[in-house]
Amino acid sequence: MIKVSHMSKTYKIGELETVALADVSFEIKKGEFVAIMGPSGSGKSTLMHILGALDKPSSGKYFLDGENMAGLSDDELAEVRNKKIGFIFQAYNLLPRTTALKNVMLPMVYADITADERRRRAEMYLEMVGLKDRFFHTSNQLSGGQQQRVAIARGLVMNPSILLADEPTGNIASAQAAEIMEIFRKLNREGHTIIMITHEADIAEYAKRIIHLKDGHIASDGNGHRRRKI
Amino acid sequence: MVTAGGKSDMDFRELAIESLSTLALNKLRTGLAILGIIIGIGSVIALVSLGQASQKAVESQIQSLGSNLLTVMPGSAQSGGVRGAAGARTTLTFNDAKDIENSPAITAVKNVSPEYSGRAQVVAGRNNTNTSVMGVTPLYAQVRKIETAFGNFITERDVTAQTRVAVLGPAATADLFGEGINPVGQAVRINGQTLRVIGVTVSKGGSGFQNQDDVIYVPLTIAQKQLFGVNYLSTISLEAESEEVMVQAQNQVGYLLLQRHKLSDPQEADFSIFSQQDILETASQVTGTFTALLSGVAAISLLVGGIGIMNVMLVTVTERTREIGLRKALGAKKKVIITQFLSESVILTFTGGLFGIILGVLISFLFSVFMSFAFVVSLNSIFLAFVVSAAIGIIFGWYPARKAANLEPIEALRYE
Repeated sequence: MIKVSHMSKTYKIGELETVALADVSFEIKKGEFVAIMGPSGSGKSTLMHILGALDKPSSGKYFLDGENMAGLSDDELAEVRNKKIGFIFQAYNLLPRTTALKNVMLPMVYADITADERRRRAEMYLEMVGLKDRFFHTSNQLSGGQQQRVAIARGLVMNPSILLADEPTGNIASAQAAEIMEIFRKLNREGHTIIMITHEADIAEYAKRIIHLKDGHIASDGNGHRRRKI
Repeated sequence: MVTAGGKSDMDFRELAIESLSTLALNKLRTGLAILGIIIGIGSVIALVSLGQASQKAVESQIQSLGSNLLTVMPGSAQSGGVRGAAGARTTLTFNDAKDIENSPAITAVKNVSPEYSGRAQVVAGRNNTNTSVMGVTPLYAQVRKIETAFGNFITERDVTAQTRVAVLGPAATADLFGEGINPVGQAVRINGQTLRVIGVTVSKGGSGFQNQDDVIYVPLTIAQKQLFGVNYLSTISLEAESEEVMVQAQNQVGYLLLQRHKLSDPQEADFSIFSQQDILETASQVTGTFTALLSGVAAISLLVGGIGIMNVMLVTVTERTREIGLRKALGAKKKVIITQFLSESVILTFTGGLFGIILGVLISFLFSVFMSFAFVVSLNSIFLAFVVSAAIGIIFGWYPARKAANLEPIEALRYE
């Protein structure tokens, strides 16, 4: 499903060259639940952006569903993001002053889905994340946890190949964080592939596999962290 | 891209609703941006229709003077055009007019009307007005197609016997005696002379600064000797036999006057002869230039309005960088982002255009009421205003929209 081989990313700021990722290779199969951990500056956000087709590697290859992402134009990448990737951001990134329903419908607007179908699917996914009675609440009328659940519904609504979550619980109180992670676990059980960035060990515990990054390298990759069966 | 119905990124209605709700978020800024376009389009519409109205007024006024009319004015001509100083000289005399009438060489002229016109303060009872006083002969009525509503026009006898009589234009009548009053038999005082009113002419229309009805006719001899103390003419009007012989008449009269004034070179002519066509052309040239000038000024204000739109859209793009990044992350292609921002700027300018048209029409209506101009609003200029305002939206919205569309999604999402 995801194949990354010898991928590097360097940023150039003036004269200074910063290596964010250095020769990273791994594969993620369908149905996995992977946490990417590492201290700040370890390159985990960069990796996330490349996996999400928001950014391009400096060298190396990235295959998503067998397709080499290096050869795609900006608009083709937009289509990949729209159809194959569901984003969940730390800051939720909902449209301000816009209802939950409209926020969830937004990716479908870009996919030429009819208005009726958009509505039907948005309601379905909002119900799924437990926001049946919050359809018409605007972003600022919802709590952090509720906003993140709207974002999850939005991430799922196009039925993407992978769900990419960047610190999904970073801005949320711990009780609500557990709820969010339960939703993730449930989604994974239903067959969704989930890749999640986090620096919190207890959040990473929910994943089946943890990739540790350090200074742009993979420090460890595996499921040895699991003390209990999920 | 944006087609109505069925399969499209977002149908037109949806796009419009979304743009409107975005614009409604910052009402003051939206309003100010629109105001620039309103003023621009409004002034273009108002000035163009004002120009057209005054052009029309001039044309109908000149046409109403008679189509076979030639006018001889003192002062030199310059390649057929009207020279500024024309009319200020004193070279035309009553004998010039007599000769034109009697010379066997002149075959193309039917009637000759020598005229002296000046302005004077005219008093009747407690009313007084500053108006144009025309010293004329009876032929003036024929040459200029003047008819009387009350009484009679000036007769040959009035001219030769220097009778103290006056014929009033309807506007002068209204000023001196009141609307709808028959003043025949009453007296008016002009430059200290008392004249008896013997007639009132039928209205010739015309308005504004050149009112053909605001005039008082007196016998030519009275005007020259009693009122203004001059011995020259200000104009000689000629009626040609027909429209076909206008040029011939012009040449015959020109040749005769050159001889009479002992001039051999037509370049040195101390008079000029205009046909109605010449005057019409000059007048429309003047009003046309004026209209173009004013429209140019209005167009500049439209341009400034457009720059205002661009400014607002650039601010909007900067403000919404994160939103744009989000939309791109969720799969919006460049085209969609461009369409979204362009539709916002086009809605701005279109709304401005709409209100601008209303404003412009209102202004030209008020002008027509207060300046008694014709109320002319051409559909062309309204159509053009719509096209121009939409075009401004696209032109000035294009750069901000492209800027938004070309944002790197990851940079945009990180933007604080």
